[in-house]
Amino acid sequence: MAIEVKIPTIMRTFTGGEKAITGEGATIAALIEDLEAKHPGIADRMVEDGALRRFVNIYVNDEDVRFLGGLEAPLSDGDEVVVLPAVAGGSH
Amino acid sequence: MLTIRRSIRDAIVAHARRDHPDEACGIVAGPEGSDEPVRLVEMVNAAGSPTFYEFDSGELLALYKEMWKNDEEPVVIYHSHTATEAYPSRTDIGLASEPGAHYVLVSTREPDDADVPAEFRSYRIVDGEVTEEEVRLVEG
Repeated sequence: MAIEVKIPTIMRTFTGGEKAITGEGATIAALIEDLEAKHPGIADRMVEDGALRRFVNIYVNDEDVRFLGGLEAPLSDGDEVVVLPAVAGGSH
Repeated sequence: MLTIRRSIRDAIVAHARRDHPDEACGIVAGPEGSDEPVRLVEMVNAAGSPTFYEFDSGELLALYKEMWKNDEEPVVIYHSHTATEAYPSRTDIGLASEPGAHYVLVSTREPDDADVPAEFRSYRIVDGEVTEEEVRLVEG
């Protein structure tokens, strides 16, 4: 079960500069665990206190995982996962 | 230094004025590695707030997919402050996640008819560190 994961620029320090990596897992949580084993440190950029970070978006086949069950969102072979940090800010 | 066409600078300021008192936001894409802002993309502030901005998550993905297809990157990421100076806030710094981009801040705290030109300033934000840079306008 191979899933391609697109990695944003700011997280490529964990992937040796690679824009896309391959991982495995039946859910987003399992996939992140697998990616962490191969690229230590990367999970912390996506997960905080057991939940998805508020300002990081993860998409499965173009759908935000927040609408698919969050960390429990199911994955299938050939799914395309994209990780993108939110573009956000404020005046305070 | 940020080098940007006057017409694009003016369009960003106009967007900020139009969305005032809410914060306006968007990007200027350019060819990968060129450091040249070419294609202005005004984004909707999904937060719809005078003190916060956020790209809608679906629109964010669509924007990046379009840039990947065109071999572009976000050369400029801009937003406005509507009551404070055009300087990155703690929130801006904490959430900045494109170390290669020029972060442009526009302030609309002064009314449009003021004698002073709108504040339009540019910064690099890398690892929580802010460095202001010169903005050079070129004709076009």
